Amino acid sequence: MILRSYSLSLVLVLTSAPVLAQQTPTPTPPTAPAVTQTEPRETIEGQLSQDRTVIAIPALATPAVATVAGLRTDNLGRQIADVIAADLERSGLYAPLGPGSVRAITMPEVTAPRFADWKARNAENVVHGFVRASGTGGLIVGCYLYDTALGSELVRQGFEIQPGDWRRAAHKCADAIYSRLSGESPFFDSRIAYIAESGPKGNRTKQLAIMDSDGGNHKFITNGQALALSPRFSPDYKKIVYVSYLADRVRVFIYDVDSGTQKLVTESRNATFAPRWSPDGRQILFSMAVGGNTDIYRISAEGGTPVRLTTAPGIDVGGSFSPDGKKIVFESDRSGSQQLYTMNIDGSNQQRISFGGGRYATPEWSPRGDLIAFTRMGGGEFRIGVMTPSGGGVRMLTNSWQDEAPTWAPNGRVIQFFRTTPGREGKSSIWQVDLTGVNLRRLPTPRDGSDPSWGPIRP
Amino acid sequence: MTIRKTTAMIAAITMLAVGACSKKAPETLPPAPAGTDAGSDSGIGNAVIPGSQQDFIANVSSDRIYFDFDQYNVDAEDQATLRSQAEWLQRNPNVRVTLEGHADERGTRDYNLALGERRANAAKNYLASLGIDPSRIQVISYGKERPAELGSNEAAWAKNRRAVTVVIGQ
Repeated sequence: MILRSYSLSLVLVLTSAPVLAQQTPTPTPPTAPAVTQTEPRETIEGQLSQDRTVIAIPALATPAVATVAGLRTDNLGRQIADVIAADLERSGLYAPLGPGSVRAITMPEVTAPRFADWKARNAENVVHGFVRASGTGGLIVGCYLYDTALGSELVRQGFEIQPGDWRRAAHKCADAIYSRLSGESPFFDSRIAYIAESGPKGNRTKQLAIMDSDGGNHKFITNGQALALSPRFSPDYKKIVYVSYLADRVRVFIYDVDSGTQKLVTESRNATFAPRWSPDGRQILFSMAVGGNTDIYRISAEGGTPVRLTTAPGIDVGGSFSPDGKKIVFESDRSGSQQLYTMNIDGSNQQRISFGGGRYATPEWSPRGDLIAFTRMGGGEFRIGVMTPSGGGVRMLTNSWQDEAPTWAPNGRVIQFFRTTPGREGKSSIWQVDLTGVNLRRLPTPRDGSDPSWGPIRP
Repeated sequence: MTIRKTTAMIAAITMLAVGACSKKAPETLPPAPAGTDAGSDSGIGNAVIPGSQQDFIANVSSDRIYFDFDQYNVDAEDQATLRSQAEWLQRNPNVRVTLEGHADERGTRDYNLALGERRANAAKNYLASLGIDPSRIQVISYGKERPAELGSNEAAWAKNRRAVTVVIGQ
C-alpha cells in the first residue's frame, strides 16, 4: 500500500514484504514532529565531544542479492549505511558506529535486533534496514531505529525509489532518525547551489554548481566562461536565480534545471544582482544599480514590471524574505555604513535593526522565522552571527579572517557560509556551523567553493 | 592585456619608491614608451594604432583612479588623471570605453558589486562633466572579483579600489 507518492520517484511505502509483516506497521510520518522526545541533545552551550549518542549503523541487509540498474543490493546496503552514519555524524549530535566498525546483520535481525550485542558496543540506539529489488526496476529501502536499552522500535520507514535515488533514501532515513532523537525538523534530504571556484586569485573561474546537502550528486551547471555569482535555488528546486557576467554585463538570470535554459529576470540596461526567492517561489528580489545608486526591487518570477522597494540614496542591496513572506530584511549604507534593516514587502516601514559595532551585511531570515543570520565586519574580520528579527540577542558563531554569506539549513538549526583565507594564494571553501557555534566543519567540494545557498527539505 | 599588466607592475614599483604612506596609490606614471611594449599584437611591428588601448595607455597619465576604503569620491588626483583621459577621448572622438569599477576584498560580495558601480559611475560622471558624451562610456562593476593586486594588505587593497578605463573600440 502506498501511503503517498512524491515527485522525483521517491515514494514512502508501507510494504507488505514478509520482513515487515511480523509487526504492526506504524511508520513515522516523515513530516510530523516527534512527539515523545529523548532528552534534548543540543543546547546553546552544547558540547560536541561529550554526550554524543552512540548509534550503531550496520550495513543494511538484503534478502537476496540482486543487481538493479547496475547496482548490487548488498553493496547499496553498505553504502546507504555509510551515508546515514556520515549525516548523523555531521550533525554533531551523534557518534555513529558505521558499517566499517560493526558487524553485518542478517535479514531476520532487521525486525528482531539482538539488542545485547549493540548494548555491548555501548550503542544507545541501533539502525537496521534492508535493501531489495522492487520487482519493477526500482528499490525498496527499509529504515528502522531502535532503543537498545528499552528494546523498543522508534522509527520504521520504507521508501520505494529509483535506483539512482539511493542516496535520497539514506538521507530520508537519517532525517527520520535525527528528527526522532533530537525533536528537530529534518534537513539532510536537501540540496545546495553554490559557486565552484578555481584558478588564480586575480582571475578566478566561477561556475554555478549544485549538490546534495552532504556534497553528494555534485554537478557543474555553467562552464566557467562567464563569472557566476550568488545562486539561489527556488523552493521547488526547479530553478536557480544567479548573477552571470555573460556578454560582459552583470545580470540576474533564472536558470531552469530540467531544460538547462535560462532567461533574464528583467530586461534592463542596468546591472542587476543579489537575487533572492520569496518563500512561495512566486516573487524574486533583486538589486539594480542605476547611475551608481543601488536599490532593491521585487518582481514576479514570471516577469512583468519590477516594483522598486527602496529609494534612499546609497546602497540598498540583498534582502531575504521572512518565512511567512510578509517582511524583508536587507542591508543599506544609508546611515554611513552597512547595517541591517527590515521592511514590509511593499517597501513600507523601513527600520534599522543592527546597532552593534562594525558593519552588518548579507542578512538571511531563518526558515523558522526566529533568527536572522548575517555577516559582521569589524576589526579586520568577517564573522557569521545571528540576531532576532528585532535586532536583539546578537550571537557570533564563527571567528576567522573572513567568513561570509550565511545560508540556513531547512530546519533553521545549521548555517552554511564560505570561508576565505588571506593572501596571494587565498582560497574560499564552504563550511557549516550549528547554532551552538561548536559544531563547525568544512564541506568537501571538488573545487573551491563560495556563495552556498541551502534549499528546503525535499518532499 | 599584457600592456595593462606591465603598467600595473610599473605602478607597483613606483609606489614602493615613493613610499606607501600616501592614502592613495599614485596614479602618476611617465607615459610608457610607445611601441616598446613586448606582446603587442598590433600585427604591424611596434607601431601604436591611434585610438587603441595601447595608444590610450601611452598618452594618459593613468588608465585608472583609486579610491579610499568604502568611498567613491573623485578627488584632485583623480580629476587630473581623468582630465588626461578626457583629452585623449576628445582627440579620438569615435572611441568608446568601458569603465570598470572594482572594490577591495574587505567587503561582502553583493555590496562590493554596488560599490564598484558607484566608483565606475563617479568616474564616468566626471568624464561627462569634461564634455565626453556619456553614451561613449559604459560601466561594469567587478566588485571584489578581479583584484589587480593579490595580497591581503593595505598596499594591495589600495590598488584594488579602482576605476579602470578600457578602450573597447571605435
